[in-house]
Amino acid sequence: MMNLDRFQFLPRRVVDTGNRWDWALLPLVLSALILLGYGASQMATPYQVGTQLPITLDPIWLPYYLLRTMLRMFIALGFSLVFACVFAALAAKVRAAEKVLIPMLDILQSIPVLGFLSITITGFIALFPGNLLGVECASIFAIFCSQAWNMAFSLYQSFRTVPSELQEASRIFQLSGWHRFWRLEMPYAMPGLLWNMMMSMSGGWFFVVASEAISVSNQNIKLPGIGSYISAAIEARNLGAIGWAILAMLIGILLYDQLFFRPLLAWADKFRFEETGSTGGQSSWLLTWLRRTDRMQNMMLRGFSVIDRTFVYFRKKHDGTSIMSRQRTHNSTAERVWDAVIAALTLFAIYRLSHFILGEVGIAEVGHVFLLGFYTLLRVMILIALAAVVWVPVGVWIGMNPRWADRLQAVAQFLAAFPANLTFPLAVVVIVKFNLHPDIWLSPLIILGTQWYILFNVIAGASNIPTELRYAARNLGLTGWLKWKRYMLPAVFPSFVTGAITASGGSWNASIVSEYVTWGNTTLEAHGLGSYIAHMTAVGDFPRIALGIGVMCVFVMGLNHFVWRRLYRLAEERMHF
Amino acid sequence: MANALIELKGVGKSFRSADGTQRAVLEDVDFTLAEGEIVALLGQSGSGKSTLLRLMAGLIPADDGSVHYRGQPIYGPTRGVSMVFQSFALFPWLTVQQNVELGLEARGVPQAEREERAEKAIELIGLSGFNGALPRELSGGMRQRVGIARALVVEPDILLMDEAFSALDVLTGEQLRDDMLELWESKQTPMRGILVVSHNIEEAVLMADRVLIFASDPGRVRAELRISLPRPRNPESVEVRSLIDEVYALMTARTRAGKTTEGASDLHLAYRLPEADVSRMESLLEMLSEPPFNGRADLPALGEETELTDDELLPLTDALHLLGLAQVAHGDIATTPLGQRYVQAENTERQEIFGTQLLAHVPLAAHIRHSLESSDSGELPEEPFLRMLRESMDSDEAERVLKVAIEWGRYGEVYEYGFHTGLIRLPEEDEPVTEEAES
Repeated sequence: MMNLDRFQFLPRRVVDTGNRWDWALLPLVLSALILLGYGASQMATPYQVGTQLPITLDPIWLPYYLLRTMLRMFIALGFSLVFACVFAALAAKVRAAEKVLIPMLDILQSIPVLGFLSITITGFIALFPGNLLGVECASIFAIFCSQAWNMAFSLYQSFRTVPSELQEASRIFQLSGWHRFWRLEMPYAMPGLLWNMMMSMSGGWFFVVASEAISVSNQNIKLPGIGSYISAAIEARNLGAIGWAILAMLIGILLYDQLFFRPLLAWADKFRFEETGSTGGQSSWLLTWLRRTDRMQNMMLRGFSVIDRTFVYFRKKHDGTSIMSRQRTHNSTAERVWDAVIAALTLFAIYRLSHFILGEVGIAEVGHVFLLGFYTLLRVMILIALAAVVWVPVGVWIGMNPRWADRLQAVAQFLAAFPANLTFPLAVVVIVKFNLHPDIWLSPLIILGTQWYILFNVIAGASNIPTELRYAARNLGLTGWLKWKRYMLPAVFPSFVTGAITASGGSWNASIVSEYVTWGNTTLEAHGLGSYIAHMTAVGDFPRIALGIGVMCVFVMGLNHFVWRRLYRLAEERMHF
Repeated sequence: MANALIELKGVGKSFRSADGTQRAVLEDVDFTLAEGEIVALLGQSGSGKSTLLRLMAGLIPADDGSVHYRGQPIYGPTRGVSMVFQSFALFPWLTVQQNVELGLEARGVPQAEREERAEKAIELIGLSGFNGALPRELSGGMRQRVGIARALVVEPDILLMDEAFSALDVLTGEQLRDDMLELWESKQTPMRGILVVSHNIEEAVLMADRVLIFASDPGRVRAELRISLPRPRNPESVEVRSLIDEVYALMTARTRAGKTTEGASDLHLAYRLPEADVSRMESLLEMLSEPPFNGRADLPALGEETELTDDELLPLTDALHLLGLAQVAHGDIATTPLGQRYVQAENTERQEIFGTQLLAHVPLAAHIRHSLESSDSGELPEEPFLRMLRESMDSDEAERVLKVAIEWGRYGEVYEYGFHTGLIRLPEEDEPVTEEAES
């Protein structure tokens, strides 16, 4: 009886004897391990810069490419996780660090992924001369950049909002910082972190082509993977191959969902903080399977007990009556010096940067780039408005029909994870055929992948409208425009804003791939900041890349600050239940 | 007196409000928790009793004065002090057993011993069999039992209870309180002293050897009452009833000392209006004027009849007193003639009386009205009033006070407030409110 209680992280042990699950799981685990090992060994093969890695369009190779891509994403996700933990712990606990780290993250978030790649690729290749590992690192770094920031932000947010009575309890019971991290902060942050990991994964898939078929800074390297396969198919104008790639990617997303995220979500269900509330948790066949397998159970428990044991070593050696607990007096001079150092560094950076950009580019082009940024801004805003007009009513309708809501919400999430840029070639074909204007008709591509955030947030919002409010609205006989104006729109406004913020951020990032689209040797280009950056990264013109990225940051941060954050606050204060 | 467990000397604590001014929460508090006693701290919300508890727990440092635990200064949470929280503060992802073991784990107690001690504590508090349950599977009362087991398993000298029973329903709360007292009397635990923060007067009287009553703004000990009745005490007994009456009288002494029924003019602009909802005030006044009270009631009896907690009841009586609709003295409340007229009146007249009394007795409301009348548009933003209030209280409190003033003003049709614009303005059809103060 005592021992049963120790089954902490993987409770619900159903099968006690007769380990039939062990036998079923054994080959599965073994083959997964062998596959991963093989994939990893392929990452460190010899390679000379300039040689082309063969990418065949034969679908028979797709499983292998899929393995490589998934492995890369997994590694990047691991690094993102470590980064997020270190970052969030530092920012949440050290005030001096927080001052620098949080604005920095805000900036990093708004830098397009391709920007990172173009700046770091040469360095990574130089790191492992004569080996493919350098390029792999660059590719993984690009994926990392599309995943890490929002995870770090979510973790930091959670660390900052740990309920104060739990913090007090952990202090009263003498938990050390390390102990508190594992017992309080991490569990509390877990649901939000997982949700953001899933979002990050979607971001990673979206940039899979750009991060594998590296064509920045005059490099042209195609790492074996789905992304390179797609890139090769686009060059060869092979629609059939694109179809195969879409299928493979669907399978990849599905595998990640079933083998990785679903079990994690089901497991993390117990970390939900609301102590009561709905039990509508996730379920996962894999987790159930693992929980019923004795050997896996034991392995996991042994892993967790290692952490448990560290609590003893890192325990608090003294309590509040010891002189060691005495608070050091607040040092305001040191703080002021630190502020001054930050300010000086910022000024110097501004000086150097403007010197660099103006010296190489000239003031006229700066103005021109701002104009381009304005075009893209116009595009993003108009398309979000259009998407809202289409998806808000649809989302409300779905959300009000609980039978559909669950299923369709899952579909919308899946669509958000699906890389919309796969359908871009189709757009090129259509635009060329009907001789349409790219400035207008390339625009919809910006929102293609990100509109789903609006949809599934609105669905969630509409399905959370209190039942009594629905009855009241029906009872009052609200119909037509009045019903929308007084009831529906205000009710879903907060969730719409949440969705639109995500969609807007994603759209800016997507503008780089969607304002500059190629199909074979046809290239369509729309005037905008995205195409400017795409163009400059392709030729590796550093001052102009820096300028483009800088301007995009200014636009994204300005938009966030002046529009989205205000709307968000408005929604938070005035329109909640 | 036996040895002092915790000793506070001249303790002061202030918090910095939003605009940078210091606001004193506690001022010059002396307090000793001696070995073998249970002490209860009573006071209305915002009187700093929770702050005092946290000072003793070592969760926050004192600004002035000293806090000592068994003769040693306290810089942080001490091993000898354990705490039970109002909201239970259980870790929802840990099982009952793990929650209880947490404090032992932090002290590096080996696993086998940890399990044994935790099981013993769980059994002691009457939860055996629930070791593997998650907190969310338990009812409120059972959760608080886990909270108590978790606090006791580390064998503390002193147990601090921060409104530990107030989140529970009455029946469960009483049951748990009796269990706690039984445990204390049985001396099965090494506990040497208990400090209870509460706003339930009966609870304090039934539990404590000493009751300290806190005055607010800034918080300080206003009165102390020693209770030497043996435990368990019978809540229906004459001695306990009269003690409860006495505490009520002490608790409401502020309004009695503050002013007589007529002149409220000694209230200052930044007076902390009690958190009293108009419709509740009305219901209370109506109930008071009806049988069995017929216009005069003993506060404890009124509390029982209305099923309001002391925390909810006292602000209401305070507000009625403030507006001259009732009079509170010596733990009793009686309606004034105006209050009787109010009860008999129709809605419009009621609002008129309310408005008149508001202007006459609440300087903040009168000031708002005056400022509005002297502005051309009859409209003013709320911020200047908030700023003024913030000078003598923190910004949450300032917002609360202004909210009360606005609610009362709306009801009395003295002024209106637009939620979206944050503007206060004169009512639409501006019938002049008669300025003659009544009663």
